Amino acid sequence: MNNTAYFPGCSLKAEASDYERSAAAVMEALGQPLEELERWTCCGTVYSLTDDDLMHQLASVRNLIRAQECGAEEIVTLCSMCFNTLKRSKVFIEQDAARLETVNAFMDEEPDYEGGIEVFHLLEILRDQVGFESIEGRVTRPLSGLRVAPYYGCTLLRPREIGIDEPDTPMILQDFIRTLWATPVEFAFQAECCGTYQIVDTPEMVLEKSHRILSSAMRAGAEVMVTSCPLCMHNLRLCYEELRSSLPEKRELSIVYWTQLAAIAFEVETGELPASMDKLLEGLPTSMELVR
Amino acid sequence: MSIPSENTIRIYVMGSAYEVPRGLTIMDAMEHAGWRFTRGAGCRSGFCGACSTVYRHEGDYRLRFVLACQTEAEDGMYLVQLPFTPAPRVSYTLAALNPDENVLLQHYPEIARCVSCNTCTKACPQDIEVMDYVQAALRGDIAQTASLSFDCIQCGLCSMRCPADIKHYHMAQMARRVYGRYMSPITEHLEERIVEIEKGVYAEEVDALVKMTRGELEEIYAARVVE
Repeated sequence: MNNTAYFPGCSLKAEASDYERSAAAVMEALGQPLEELERWTCCGTVYSLTDDDLMHQLASVRNLIRAQECGAEEIVTLCSMCFNTLKRSKVFIEQDAARLETVNAFMDEEPDYEGGIEVFHLLEILRDQVGFESIEGRVTRPLSGLRVAPYYGCTLLRPREIGIDEPDTPMILQDFIRTLWATPVEFAFQAECCGTYQIVDTPEMVLEKSHRILSSAMRAGAEVMVTSCPLCMHNLRLCYEELRSSLPEKRELSIVYWTQLAAIAFEVETGELPASMDKLLEGLPTSMELVR
Repeated sequence: MSIPSENTIRIYVMGSAYEVPRGLTIMDAMEHAGWRFTRGAGCRSGFCGACSTVYRHEGDYRLRFVLACQTEAEDGMYLVQLPFTPAPRVSYTLAALNPDENVLLQHYPEIARCVSCNTCTKACPQDIEVMDYVQAALRGDIAQTASLSFDCIQCGLCSMRCPADIKHYHMAQMARRVYGRYMSPITEHLEERIVEIEKGVYAEEVDALVKMTRGELEEIYAARVVE
């Protein structure tokens, strides 16, 4: 990796701590440990769509300044929402010198943001800098035969100018799943919105949307679903628990972070996995068994 | 504004000009000018946070925030005292809380409105990184919130300035209480001492002290060994 600062975001320190633990272990195993940005603050979510609302860009820009201060060239995130907010904010603020000037003048207690800090999602770093082939070389427990649904949601892919892959026909998660020797299971709703923050006000709508996503993947034969977003994870798992009886298959679906899948294949710290995942793994040989 | 004389300065209190001697604190200067504090004054030592003061220098666009008892009055200061901060404080029973990472957010949900503008930090007369502790609270880091806010004197200026109407200082006080109750390490010698006291190890000594005259007490106090 280049000179990269890891931006965790608030969820990764609370509800999604398993995501961080597994990602840290995976990157350690690849010899590229994550180095946490100092004094980071909330990314500024949700990204403000108002053109003249610079106040809601301050949080993102302040984090870019923190990266600049520690000499980093880029920020890497795990949370899709943080990725989306930080990158859109960066693009928005760097597009127009007047905006940047206003924001810098407001934050006169900080050094000016000079622009140019890149924002990446860890999946991009692995694809473009580390290379999926070196990941394949690190796999000690191939997940052969495991049928994994790649769930992208919205914030990794849209809007197009900041997305990490083609918004309508993304391949990055499928390629990653194949790298671990598992089988990607494509399904119709893999880039559909889970319902996001509407879970607070209109949970029934979120359950309906998430239900469509889960049933579609299960009908396609998935045993595992991977996501890169703590909020999607929250909604999907909630839906899975609440509406289990109305989901199509008798078989269980294990919803995990994509880094947890890699951690299993690397045989490193995975964080907590759903009980159904443990059952699936019983059928897969470990490296010790493979050696024998 | 020209300085009236070498030994005096001109300050403005509630819009009226006063000539006061140079070298006084803002609080002393206002009293010298004839103002009597019925609110907004407390310990006069920089600890209680009662005398939070907002001022602007003549010709400067920026509002500044200090404690009146700790800051020297300067020529051309436009001063206003804030005797009270109308910030609601949530009630809770400390022993009945679930001290998980959401406890601060549940009691003070408005912390989620923080946009990281840092106005709170600029308003703090104690030079606390106020925004940083709100951000720590937002991600459930109670220990960090407690530690960063440790020097808070509860003056309320952060909350008066916050565009998101966060009650920083009440929230941080809760964080310190939760930290103290559930997270700070237990001090073994304190536990041991409590057991000793309950067993009556010191009862005789305390009884003797209670029966002493003031003169006797003063004598042994003066003769005490200081470690």
